[in-house]
Amino acid sequence: MKSKGIAVPYVVWMAFFVVAPLVLVVVYAFTTRDSGFTIENFSSMLQYAGVFGRSFLLAFLATLICILLGYPLALLLAREQSRLRGMAMLLIMLPMWMNFLLRTYSWVFLLERNGFFNTLLATIGLPKLDIIDTPAAVVLGMVYNFLPFMVLPIFSVIEKIDPRVIEAAQDLGANNLQVFLRVIFPLSLPGVLSGVTMVFIPSVSTFVISRLLGGGKSLLLGDLIEMQFLGSAYNPHLGSAISLVMMIIVLLSMGLMNRFGEGEGEAVLL
Amino acid sequence: MKKTLALMLSLTLGAGLLSGCVSTRPTTATGDVEGSSSPTQESSASGGVVNVYNWGEYIDESVLEDFTAQTGIKVNYQMYDSNETMYSKLAGGGAEYDVIIPSDYMIARLIEEDMLEPLNFDNIPNFSDVDPELKNPEYDPENLYSVPYMWGLMGVIYNTTAVDETDLGSWDLLWNEKYADDILMIDNSRDAIGIALKSLGYSYNTTDEAQITEAVDLLIQQKPLVQAYVMDEIFGKLEGGNAYVGTYYYGDYLTMLENNPDLGFYIPEEGTNIYVDAMCIPKGAANKENAEAFINFMCSTEAGLKNCEEIWYSTPLLSVREALDPEVSSDPYAYPTADILAKCESYAGLPQNILDLYDSEWTRLKSAT
Repeated sequence: MKSKGIAVPYVVWMAFFVVAPLVLVVVYAFTTRDSGFTIENFSSMLQYAGVFGRSFLLAFLATLICILLGYPLALLLAREQSRLRGMAMLLIMLPMWMNFLLRTYSWVFLLERNGFFNTLLATIGLPKLDIIDTPAAVVLGMVYNFLPFMVLPIFSVIEKIDPRVIEAAQDLGANNLQVFLRVIFPLSLPGVLSGVTMVFIPSVSTFVISRLLGGGKSLLLGDLIEMQFLGSAYNPHLGSAISLVMMIIVLLSMGLMNRFGEGEGEAVLL
Repeated sequence: MKKTLALMLSLTLGAGLLSGCVSTRPTTATGDVEGSSSPTQESSASGGVVNVYNWGEYIDESVLEDFTAQTGIKVNYQMYDSNETMYSKLAGGGAEYDVIIPSDYMIARLIEEDMLEPLNFDNIPNFSDVDPELKNPEYDPENLYSVPYMWGLMGVIYNTTAVDETDLGSWDLLWNEKYADDILMIDNSRDAIGIALKSLGYSYNTTDEAQITEAVDLLIQQKPLVQAYVMDEIFGKLEGGNAYVGTYYYGDYLTMLENNPDLGFYIPEEGTNIYVDAMCIPKGAANKENAEAFINFMCSTEAGLKNCEEIWYSTPLLSVREALDPEVSSDPYAYPTADILAKCESYAGLPQNILDLYDSEWTRLKSAT
């Protein structure tokens, strides 16, 4: 009983700031401006299929790149001894001490046509990098901003793998590759899954990155929703409907992935 | 452990995102320490603050400090990047502003929707200095709700080193394939759709749905040529030579010219928009008297001149215009002559069904591939 009492502030917090807004989103999604019931907000959704497709594609790419970059790094750090590890952790966390918006703005100046990178490239006689205001720059922004959320969970899982399990595998004649593929990788999957969740969800719903680095051209779901609430096309009802559909798709894909992940975990145990 | 970490990280991210959304710049009162309230603060029932919501890059911020020094009223200053953004913020509720500075057509809409408080002009004696031409405007016929802040013309800004002189003169420059990926288009529905309407030879204020759809089709055609849709981001892009063609306000062109002398400006032959941005008080503002004091202060010669010489928009104040350098006050784009004025059209308020069409058409443009 006691332990339940401690949770009250959190439950109240959640009720006010998570559940109530969600209820509002649902109510808004099914109403018109004159607060009559409608499903038109959903039936008109198909015209945004392109935006949905682009958002999921870019978020998927960003997540994939984060795994490819983040996994080896996490693996390396988890097996390194403390000095380098502490330093590397600091470097990974350091950018997060700065405001997200500022970091993204700096990329604008770095990538601009006459920005830092291009001036540098021109000085040493290399061709210019023309990616500002393209989807490539948006993916870059996502990877840069969300990479730590991939590295840290994978790191903390690999670090906790019992070294005796690895020794056992080696005793039984597994080479390094086999140890990795049959022992370390399956055991690290929960970390990968939470990393994927933490990179994919903010990527698929971002609007700042695509607005600043994408030049407002490759509209993502986040932009589309933001436009309906705070931007140039005020329609909170449509915005709520899009948010709802996005949440459902994200929940479904996460649920699917977690099921797949649990299966893997069990397989390893057996 | 892992969950704690995950929660911590997501909270950090959330906080980062939230704090990134609003750019608040509270100006600290000079020599005014919390708790030692001056008589002026006590006399104002509101406790001595005024919440101002203005366009970005649209003020000499030292004027705010002058205002606080003179009246003891602290200014909470926030910025928006388009009339539509400001409208969404007001319509969404929960935003507490005392002074807003929308453009003409938006003021008409706010009046229509009963979202503005009538002003008490007894508290704004400096209103007498406003150019009579700008009083009782179409958007506020009895001049009950608004006091002009700045006005000006919109036009095309281009880089003289990159754009051929033969390509100048018309809105078509923004559709010229020669400058693909060097073109910046304005990022708000009224201006962007307006430009397309004008270049098709229609009125800014058309209520013909087919014309508006046609204009948006034209914008969709333009989309592959556009480097980015921008508002104030245009400053960095044009000043740094990162793009060569854009469309913005003449006052801002003068500001950009200070940083990049290669920029040029023209008024397209099809005609352009003449606009007035005016100070208003939203319905239910908590600090109405302070807001009126602020509006009055902004209409003083001293503040008006300082402000005008920083942002270079055209001032509505006669005394400021007189005090300006004659070279500025005789600039035909800043204080247009009759033949330029003849090519200008201001935005009028639009009926609700057309506003809805603008919103859905704008979404259609932005989500087009």
